[in-house]
Order: sequence, then structure tokens, then C-alpha cells
Amino acid sequence: MTEQFPIEANEVHEVEPVETGRRAFLGVAAGVAGLCYVGALAYPIYRYLDSPSEMALGAAAVTEVTLKDAQKLPTGSVLMFKFGSSPAMLIHHTDGRWISLTAVCTHLGCTVQYEPDADRIHCACHGGVYNPYTGANVSGPPPKPLKAYKVTVGAADVTVSRA
Amino acid sequence: MTTKSIANTVYSWVDERLGLGELAKFARKKTVPVHKQSFWYYWGGISLFLFLVQCFTGVLLLVYYRPGADAYESVRQITFTMHFGWLIRSAHAWSANLMMLSVLVHMFSVFFMKAYRSPREFGWFSGMMLLALASVFGFSGYLLPMDELSFFATKVGLEIPAAIPVIGPIIANLLRGGPDVSEFTVQRFFALHVVVLPAVFIPLLAFHLWLVQKHGNAAPPSEEAKPASQRKSMPFMPNFLVKDLAMWIISLNVLALLASIFPWQLGKQYDALAPAPLGIHPEWYFMAPFEMLKLLGLVFSGKLAALGEIAGILIFTLGIVLWLLIPFYDPNLESGRRGRRAHYFGLFAIFALLVTTAIGYWTIR
Repeated sequence: MTEQFPIEANEVHEVEPVETGRRAFLGVAAGVAGLCYVGALAYPIYRYLDSPSEMALGAAAVTEVTLKDAQKLPTGSVLMFKFGSSPAMLIHHTDGRWISLTAVCTHLGCTVQYEPDADRIHCACHGGVYNPYTGANVSGPPPKPLKAYKVTVGAADVTVSRA
Repeated sequence: MTTKSIANTVYSWVDERLGLGELAKFARKKTVPVHKQSFWYYWGGISLFLFLVQCFTGVLLLVYYRPGADAYESVRQITFTMHFGWLIRSAHAWSANLMMLSVLVHMFSVFFMKAYRSPREFGWFSGMMLLALASVFGFSGYLLPMDELSFFATKVGLEIPAAIPVIGPIIANLLRGGPDVSEFTVQRFFALHVVVLPAVFIPLLAFHLWLVQKHGNAAPPSEEAKPASQRKSMPFMPNFLVKDLAMWIISLNVLALLASIFPWQLGKQYDALAPAPLGIHPEWYFMAPFEMLKLLGLVFSGKLAALGEIAGILIFTLGIVLWLLIPFYDPNLESGRRGRRAHYFGLFAIFALLVTTAIGYWTIR
């Protein structure tokens, strides 16, 4: 470890302050230039790899989804659809009520399912249960309710929008 | 414990197990000859750098590329939808071309410095093998976007193995995945380009680089003839390494400028029913071999025309074999006559490559 490269051994004599000043300046300049290179390479690569999440952000900006012919959905059944980039469900309850909720479990993000027989929303991953009318978390690990959307039933379609 | 003593402890722990000290000792002892032709020593390193760029940008393209029927759409997406996708694709294509160029410069500098002579024959053979693999890399990669140009380039290119008697059509069909270029072709070219070729190329490259470490840089015969006291050299660490890295930075700058100022184009999606576009021609590094085959084919006209294609391939192959075997008929002899003959062969090869490339571009219709 004590051995030195010959070039460094030669430069040990250069102890004048002017030389150290120039050397320090060159060192800093080389460091700054190196950082510029790293930045110039890293920035486009980061943006390139991150493109899909930006696209998803664009999709998430959606405020309204129109589901054609969804007004024909029979009672006691569910229609799964994409609201922006995440799954959502439109439930036509047996009492005629239309309810739309996000289908992403608030626990760890699994997609939940509507069970008409049990009249509940169930997450198979960890057994979370939600109320199918309000989206409230009833039992199991989910910490928060499922977010509800506003539903407008038209003559030829159903429009779901952010509440 | 101070930072320095911690670093020393860690270093000696690793050193005991991996023998880093020996490596460092080897690196310090390594020297590079200094003479008028020293400039040409950098071209192997430049080729290596550009290959690393290929690996890196290739993996980035792999993130979004989809082979098969969806190939064109995925390249269109990379080029026009993903941020900076055009730049990464452009850098991949440009560095492929620059790598072919620097590999050719490297090959000819080795040839004229007679660096293939004993004990460096394996360096020459492995280098030629790497060049052949690099050409296949280029050929297979060219198809992957599946635009008009790549479709027809592959179609025409595969007619060459197809001209080999008896086994030719079988080989061509295997490469194509059927009688015509289709999504099957792009799928298998993809497997070739990203799995098979790297798996063969990288170990061979490691062997090639190990040989350079083992035998050191060859000096041209004019230097070898000088007495040892008159020969100059510089230490590899850090002098040559720093210069090598400077060359890498220059290469990176050239690549960045070319890739961003002249972004690589994407043509129309291929259509098996559409006619070949006007002015279609092989990539520059395939132009010379193509033109040579064409010219050799012209020599045999009339009834012998069918023979011409085969004869062309044969004569061309013979030339490559002669080139490959140069270490055997130009060994390290005291008499300079054979050495001069090899020199003329090299000059002739350069002349033939330049002239046929020029004719090729001249006669584009």
C-alpha cells in the first residue's frame, strides 16, 4: 500500500502553493464536468424508464368514464371497468340502486370482488370485507373504505365520475 | 479506528482472499510501446467502449421492445411515445455503426503492424471471429424494427446463404423460419441478437482481452528491429489508461452528437405485398461484400450465370480464408519479402473494399 505510481512520486516535489491551487481547481473542475456527464446520461435514462408511470398519471387524470350499454346490467350483478389506470366496479343492486366503487383493496392493492350471494365485497388476498353500498371497510385488514364514484344512468349508457 | 485504517483493514481482508495485490503489481508492470504508430493502439479500446454502449442501450431497448407480430408497433412506441426513446434507439444504431468502423480500423492497424505474428495468432483468430459475430449482430439487429428497409435487407441478405448448393435453401429457411421473411423471422433473429450472440461474443471477447494482457501490445517490425535501448514505452497505469479513457470520452461525445443531431429513422411498417422502396441498399459495412459478389457474378455471364453466384461466393470465401490465415504464411521471418507480400495483400484489400463500396453507392438506383 505504501508503493506509489511513478507519476505521483515525481509530483511530490511540487509543493508550491500556486501548484496546489491549480491542482485543486483542476480537481474540482474535473469533478463538476464528471457530474455533468452523469447527469446528462442519467436524466434521459430516468425519463425513458419512467415513461409508463407518467402515462399512467395521465390516465389517472380522467374524471369521467362512460360505459356504453351498461344500463342493461341486470340487478345483482357487477361490471368491472377501468377508471383511468385502475380497476373499478359498477354494481346494480337487487334493490335497483346503482353503486360504483374503486376495486383496489385499501390494504395491499389486490383487486376485490363483489359477491351478490353474501351481499358483500370481498378481497381474496387477506380476507378484507367491504360494504357493497357504501364501500366502508367492515372486517379484516383494510384500513380505509373503498372510494365511491358518482353514477348517472342514461338512456344508452352509464356515466361514472369522480364524486 | 480512522477511516483510513478501516479502509486498510477491508482492503487487506479482500486482498488475502482475492489476491488484488498481484493484480495491482501486474498492472504497474504493464507497459505500452511508444512510437509513431502508437495512435492505432486506441482503436481496440474504442471498439470495446462502443460494445459496452451497445450492451447498455440494448438492455434499455429491451425494456419496451416486443418481438414477433408486434415488433414494428413497439419500436414506433419507443421512438415516438417513450421519453428519450428516440435518443436511446438512435444511440444504439449509431454506436453499432461506429463500432463496425472502429473494429475495421483496429483490424487493419493490427494487420499492418504485423501484430498477428507469433505469439499473437490467437489474438488475430479471435478478433476475426469477433468481427464475423459483430456482422451477424448487425444483420440480425437490422431486422428487429420490421420496417420496409429492414424487411427487404433481410430478404436480400438471406438469398446469399440460399445460393449455396444443396444445403443453402435449408439453411436459409431455418434462418428465416419459413420460405419468406415474417414475424417468425423477427422472433428468431431477436433470440439470436439478444441471447445467442452475446453468449458467444462475450466469452470470446474476454479471451481476446486476456490475450492482450498476456502478450502485451505488439510493436511494428520497424520498432522491433531497433535495439532495446532505443525503444520507448509508457506505463499502462495510469498513463495509457488515462489516454484510453480520454478516447472513450471523445467517442461518447461523437456518439452523443451523431445520435441527437441525426436521429435514426424509422420507415413505414413492412408490407409483404408492397414493392421494394427506391434507393434501397445494404448498410455501408455490407456494401463491399455485396458488390464483390455482384461483380464476381457478372464475370460469369450467359449460360454460366447460374455458376457465377456460386463461384462468386467461393472466390469471396477464399479471400476471407486467406485473410484469416495470414499468420501462417506471414510468420516472423528475418527475410522481409514475405512480409512485404502480406503488406500488399492488405493494401489490395483496402483498395478493393473502398472501390467496391464506392461502386455500390454509385450504382444505387
